[in-house]
Amino acid sequence: MSDSTIRQHSDPHYEAELKELQSRILEMGGTVEKQIANAVAALVSRDDDLARATIERDHVVNRMDVEIDDLCIRLLALHQPTAKDLRLITTGLKITTDLERIGDMAVNLSERALELNQEPQLKPFIDIPRMADVAQAMLRQSLDAFVREDVELSLKVCRDDDIIDDINHQLFRELLSYMMEDPHTVSRAIRLLFVAKYLERIADHATNISEMVVFMVKGTSIRHLDRVPPSV
Amino acid sequence: MSNKLEVRQLNAWFGTTQALHDISLTIPDGAVTAIIGPSGCGKSTFIRCLNRMHEVVPGTRATGEVLLDGNNIYGSGVDPVQIRGKVGMVFQKPNPFPTMSISDNVTAGLRLNGERRTRGELATIVERSLRQAALWEEVKNNLNASGISLSGGQQQRLCIARALAVEPEVLLMDEPCSALDPIATTKIEALIHELKQEYTILIVTHSMQQAARVSDYTAFMYLGRLVEFGPTNKIFTTPENKETEDYITGRFG
Amino acid sequence: MNYRRRKLINAVALAGAVACTLCVLLPLVLIFSNLILKGITSVNLAFFTNLPKPVGETGGGMANAIVGTLTLIGLASAVGLPIGVLAGVYLSEYGHGRLGYSVRFSADVLNGVPSIVIGIFAYTLVVLPMKSFSAYAGGFALGVIMIPIVARTTEEMVRLVPSSLREASLALGVPSWRTTVLIVLRTARGGIITGIMLATARIAGETAPLLFTAFGNQFWHSTLGGPIASLPVQIYTYAISPFDDWHRQAWAGALVLLALILVTSLSVRLLTRGRFHSAL
Repeated sequence: MSDSTIRQHSDPHYEAELKELQSRILEMGGTVEKQIANAVAALVSRDDDLARATIERDHVVNRMDVEIDDLCIRLLALHQPTAKDLRLITTGLKITTDLERIGDMAVNLSERALELNQEPQLKPFIDIPRMADVAQAMLRQSLDAFVREDVELSLKVCRDDDIIDDINHQLFRELLSYMMEDPHTVSRAIRLLFVAKYLERIADHATNISEMVVFMVKGTSIRHLDRVPPSV
Repeated sequence: MSNKLEVRQLNAWFGTTQALHDISLTIPDGAVTAIIGPSGCGKSTFIRCLNRMHEVVPGTRATGEVLLDGNNIYGSGVDPVQIRGKVGMVFQKPNPFPTMSISDNVTAGLRLNGERRTRGELATIVERSLRQAALWEEVKNNLNASGISLSGGQQQRLCIARALAVEPEVLLMDEPCSALDPIATTKIEALIHELKQEYTILIVTHSMQQAARVSDYTAFMYLGRLVEFGPTNKIFTTPENKETEDYITGRFG
Repeated sequence: MNYRRRKLINAVALAGAVACTLCVLLPLVLIFSNLILKGITSVNLAFFTNLPKPVGETGGGMANAIVGTLTLIGLASAVGLPIGVLAGVYLSEYGHGRLGYSVRFSADVLNGVPSIVIGIFAYTLVVLPMKSFSAYAGGFALGVIMIPIVARTTEEMVRLVPSSLREASLALGVPSWRTTVLIVLRTARGGIITGIMLATARIAGETAPLLFTAFGNQFWHSTLGGPIASLPVQIYTYAISPFDDWHRQAWAGALVLLALILVTSLSVRLLTRGRFHSAL
């Protein structure tokens, strides 16, 4: 925690609710991370059971999304927060939306895994696990940055988005060549393209979260800029 | 460049206790500036220095410059009575004159100063001021009723009308809603929005929500010093000073 | 148990308070009834229009004394009111320092000085230099009695005017003196008038200081520079006389004096009442 939040609020209940909001967001982040890890594992290890279990668990993420929204709205209505508290709560509202979408991506990944498992493996997984690693790292770091109010880490996450884009391009070209060589591979290749797209979306959401963390800490928006600023 | 109201190095004392320390501030024209801060931080003292009401209490004094249209109101030979005609004030508790009717209250500033006006002129001023204070519709059939027969919120708007009747250039409001219920408060706040078209307004308030709602600029004061001044939107979302942040988020000791 | 005990104590205390109130009212009622019983028979038109008759003759009235008392009250007010009210305003508005303290203390002492001493004071100050008992001397003595009463009540009443009204006026750009006169005094008017009425009632009944200032007069006074009749002195003279008829006249005089104070109080209150009830 940075020094500016060390001071306790004069209303301990409010303080406790803000703390609860923070831990709820982290809890949701952790759950979503686990979902992505499971979905990727289900895909790579061709594990139907794990894929189904992951799809099954999505309702947990959805419930957390609704609960955190309720908490944010209650805090806004009852305490008219200002400054940093206001930024924490509005950030919370936005982060949970991103996290919920990432959770949906885990479901989509698992669905594609179940479909891919119906057919023989097109090719060994090389780029997709690497892309998944980067995306998961970005998600984890964006949540770490949220906890530690770490602007530098947030900016790093934003920059890492380029790595994902590069792998995505590379994968696209590779799968395109597979499809042109052998039309029988088209359905599997397209599914793998979807998988790459989902991972790319996850990285985008992680980037969004990081941008919101920068706003939460500094109060300035770095969204929708042409490139990530070197510092804030 | 020349602003209506500019404060330079203002210091004020109660006896030997210094209440204001080196306040320098340019008040934006035609806007509402809110002064916030914990009790005893000098908010009221500050605005009372702007129309020389501070010195009304025995044992007080002030140094520094307050420039009204570029002229120092603390300059030698300046008559505080004249300054108060240009810088009107509305107080915390509604204080209409109990011995006067509603219309007499409105014209009190003119009549008490012995200004000669015809009955018709006075009636025009009464209507104009009461309309400006958004009270006309409620009292127009009852102008001869006692000023203290009105409700608290109406009394406060009557006091605002009274202050406006002398045609000031700046309006100071010292916690004008602290004695009013939420509905009356809303009315006064709406009124402040209307009035800023024509007047430069300073409002001292204990309610940060009120400051956020009505003001364009906010000054945060603490221990007699001006800690931070800036656009209200900025102060309430991303204050620069940690003390300001602690105060507006409710983390003040 | 406890509740019953408290109820009992409450009943006893309440009964005590009622009894004490009756004790206060009782003398008042007795005086009034006695006055009316003994005086009403002699109150007739002649009493208000005729001069006293010489000893031995029945009838006659106290017309000169009634006019004399009113004259003396007028003279006293001319001395006591401006000084008293202004001193009161000074004390409350500016009397925070040493001077204020000593003025306040002197007023309290003056208030406690026996009225006969004030009579002697007026005697040495006015009667001796003028070489004559006079209405002026009587008015002066009564005025001096009025000053501390009026000053202290004015001070208290002005002090009760909320400072917020003063500030409201000052903030409108009204000079300080106009604020004091037009806002403060106007707001405190009701209370100040009550004080003045109390003072008037007090001096209207004063006898001792008049004995060697206004002296008394069995006839119409021709000049304010000479002796003048007054109801209290007339009552005193008649009451200690050996004649039954004079005793009856004395009772009637007392009744009229009381009625006079009552009527002036009420009419002054009615006449000076503002359009709106004064704040105090």
